[in-house]
Amino acid sequence: MPDIPTTLLAELTHRCPLHCPYCSNPLELIRAESELATDDWKRVFSEARALGVLQLGLSGGEPLLRKDLEELAAHARTEGLYSTLVTSGLGLTRARAERLKEGGLEHIQISIQDSDPEVAERIAGVRSVKHKQAAAAIVRELGFAFTVNVVLHRANLDRLAEIIDLAADLGADRVELANTQYYGWGLRNRASLMPTREQVERSRETAERAIQRYRGRMQITYVLPDYYELYPKPCYGGWGKLYLVVTPNGMVLPCHGATGITTLRFDDVRSHSLAWIWRESEAFQAFRGDSWMKEPCRTCPRKTVDFGGCRCQAFALTGDAANTDPVCTLTPLRRIVDEALTEPSEEMHEYSYRYVAGEPQQV
Amino acid sequence: MQLDPDSVPKLWRMTRLQFDPVRQRPVLLYPEGAVLLNDTGAAILELCNGSNTVGQIVSILAERYGADVSTDVSEYLKLMAERELIRA
Repeated sequence: MPDIPTTLLAELTHRCPLHCPYCSNPLELIRAESELATDDWKRVFSEARALGVLQLGLSGGEPLLRKDLEELAAHARTEGLYSTLVTSGLGLTRARAERLKEGGLEHIQISIQDSDPEVAERIAGVRSVKHKQAAAAIVRELGFAFTVNVVLHRANLDRLAEIIDLAADLGADRVELANTQYYGWGLRNRASLMPTREQVERSRETAERAIQRYRGRMQITYVLPDYYELYPKPCYGGWGKLYLVVTPNGMVLPCHGATGITTLRFDDVRSHSLAWIWRESEAFQAFRGDSWMKEPCRTCPRKTVDFGGCRCQAFALTGDAANTDPVCTLTPLRRIVDEALTEPSEEMHEYSYRYVAGEPQQV
Repeated sequence: MQLDPDSVPKLWRMTRLQFDPVRQRPVLLYPEGAVLLNDTGAAILELCNGSNTVGQIVSILAERYGADVSTDVSEYLKLMAERELIRA
């Protein structure tokens, strides 16, 4: 029997007012007409709790674009899930926030793009800074647990100290600082987003100082860019171990980037129960345990630490999801990552912004 | 955070203590995390309500279990305080 999952990320919609060039949604965005209905989502949340899930991410896209968000959040609370609303802040009116609070939502996470408002809006591709400040004030006043999350990359990494101070000024209980992950949109924009080694080193020191300085007032988590590490990240404790994602149209994934692995077929909550998909489906079993591993992972003592790294990254960079994550310096595949680190960098104005294919670009 | 017998530990306002029927054990939930507890841990945390002192928690549990629990309680609270899940 597989482990009991702890966390479900519900991508309620891929619609979003922001166009960030590192968006974790796939390049092929799901359109509104294909989204799951309210009752489908409620059933998914009930099944998730019955399967053992404790933490629910109400995410997107921008989840506030779902008019039934309050109903979904209230249902999650009734089931005993602890929910986090993962939002840009755009569309979080006081009335909606009050309804979410009444329904039992506990935690809201708002993204900020930069401490410099001009750069922040250039990254988001839309006017958004004032909306985010207003949303943060509402979150604080209503007494939600409040996390600020920031995706870091070449254009904002040098302002890490200011970004952390801004999160504190906004009243955050927690701040999550994560370097860009290079899948989908991030991979497409890698030449514009990849920081330099010097930036990464300075930012590590900045983050360590800030963690000390804010101890007891604001929790800071800092995720380094894996391209500059020696070993890959242990993606959610391994494939199909603790974590699952449901996409706006009901596909169930072991990781939000997994649709990039085009050799796998993912099952749908409209055709199967979540429990069957978790326990039995081919996609979830594909990389459980270690029998799928090749060398150097198969005989490596680190295989119980990082599980060979990220399957999505292995596929995106090598074309075979069963390869060692090429971030690992123990595999000859590492040359792919090293070559990427010497790519000539491109400027911000060359971002390929996140848009639905065919949607007119306004930036 | 320093904890002594007169400290008044309180669960962080963003935590939720509940019983998980799937795992058949108490769990402490907080933003993007969970701690699976045993019954003793849950008994300690239930008493961290912002009015009991550490000394009072120790004597309530000593009476309940008929044993000296002072070291266990102190160490458990210290661990939870390091994770910032309880605050004094």
